[in-house]
Amino acid sequence: MATQQTQTLARSLLTPAVALLFIWMIVPLALTLYFSTLHYSLLDPGSESFVGLENFRYFLTDPAFLASLQNTLVLVGSVLALTILLGIPLALLLDQPVVGRNIVRLMVIAPFFVMPTVSALVWKNLLMHPVSGLFAWLTKLFGLTPIDWFNDVPMFAIILIVAWQWLPFATLILLTALQSLDEEQKEAAEMDGASGLSTFIYITLPHLARPITVVILIETIFLLTVFAEIFVTTGGGPGLQTTNIAFLIYSQALIQFDVGSASAGGLVAVVIANIVAFFLVRIVGRNLEA
Amino acid sequence: MARMATTRRVAVSTIGAWLAGFLIFFPILWMVLASFKTELEAFAIPPSFLFFHWTLENYATVQERSDYLHHAMNSIIIAGGSTLIALLIAIPAAWSMAFSPTKRTKDILLWMLSTKMMPPVGVLVPIYLIYKTFGLLDSRIGLVFILCLGNLPIVIWMLFTYFKEIPRDILEAARMDGATIGRELVYVLTPMAIPGLASTMLLNLILAWNEAFWTLNLSTLHAAPLTTFIASYSSPEGLFWAKLSAASTLAIAPILVLGWFSQKQLVRGLTFGAVK
Repeated sequence: MATQQTQTLARSLLTPAVALLFIWMIVPLALTLYFSTLHYSLLDPGSESFVGLENFRYFLTDPAFLASLQNTLVLVGSVLALTILLGIPLALLLDQPVVGRNIVRLMVIAPFFVMPTVSALVWKNLLMHPVSGLFAWLTKLFGLTPIDWFNDVPMFAIILIVAWQWLPFATLILLTALQSLDEEQKEAAEMDGASGLSTFIYITLPHLARPITVVILIETIFLLTVFAEIFVTTGGGPGLQTTNIAFLIYSQALIQFDVGSASAGGLVAVVIANIVAFFLVRIVGRNLEA
Repeated sequence: MARMATTRRVAVSTIGAWLAGFLIFFPILWMVLASFKTELEAFAIPPSFLFFHWTLENYATVQERSDYLHHAMNSIIIAGGSTLIALLIAIPAAWSMAFSPTKRTKDILLWMLSTKMMPPVGVLVPIYLIYKTFGLLDSRIGLVFILCLGNLPIVIWMLFTYFKEIPRDILEAARMDGATIGRELVYVLTPMAIPGLASTMLLNLILAWNEAFWTLNLSTLHAAPLTTFIASYSSPEGLFWAKLSAASTLAIAPILVLGWFSQKQLVRGLTFGAVK
């Protein structure tokens, strides 16, 4: 009846969102692509010239690139491992009958709502300061020498901070998945004499496979571009020890004002993120049909 | 016998869970405590846990010295503004895809999702230059705009999943009764969509409030929201921990409260409905 009319209306309602997102995606990306082929420094305006793939050669052969790629992988990999390996037992624990479960849940998810600049600075100063931090005091209590976190193990320090921020996310998703697990199935297994461990391995873990995949993919997308935590704690240092790809591009663009090279780096980052995104979109898409 | 075992199990898991919860929450608690100490006590070794001279002095100083309220207002305008605009654009889009789906709806949804996957750093250079050209650097409107675009895919997705759950029979019944699309929207759809709208708004406010890539790179002083303001505490060394803690506590308190209300929606929103 009103189908034709409804269809037209539906399309016109959808258009603004699609158009905006399309512009948002295409224009900056096209500009990045364009800049990446130029010799373009903000310190030397007016000297822009076409250099082909020179920026990519420069960016990709820059020792800083390899170092930061490695740092990015270490950061993403370690945080993923920590959040999932700690998140599974934590979610299992919260799935048990616990007195005051709601309060415990609130405490566990709280770090996720703390803005990155706050968590980084609180950890850096109040907890990890080599002289007056709480950790230093604790290590001295046990008669050990305090660690100078941001000089001795800077990357590890950042990994701890970021893992603390993302542990609640992993836990919450795994907990949500656990709560949808069929209780009867677990009870049946227990009746048949399955031990707690084999129930976990053969029933719970397979059920968690999908949520774990989702956690890995989503966290990876956000972790690939960790920025604020590095910006306010180490500034990428000492040396290049905590420079990840995101921070490297930032420093080339806004500290060294090398637009061409930073753009080439930006495209490299887009490619890396797209590889991850490809898998995530497939999983979500499959879910959409179900 | 069985009952004994259960009681013991509850006791063990309760102790374990509270211990884990306390450890995870501790950094926040420690920060809140430090905000009520004097600078000397915040820095002191051995640290005092509860028995120190409680003071509100830091909260007053933070406002006097650095105009905290100005930055808080920026955060409210930027997070609130970007959320409202995103909702205005997203509601019609999600409505249209949920109730008049076409063959391409799924592809459009996935494409929207994929725009969220683009790392912001990949487009930092052009955005920075565009903003510079148009005088949008360190402006609230510039930040509202970029955060709105950045979160638009999540908003559309969340609304879509909520709208999808509204039973279509009701709409059809309304149509049978001769309701126009406008009436259908106002009298039938809106009341049923309000819970979903509220949770979407809540999650988006949280994300925008805490966003710390664009805010750090595109604002310095005038438009600086709390993320950038707190970052300014990273440079000076020395006796500033209590003030940092007070400023931080104020910055995260409202969002912590909102966040606790929206835990369920958080999972749904951030996994794009892949985990429910």
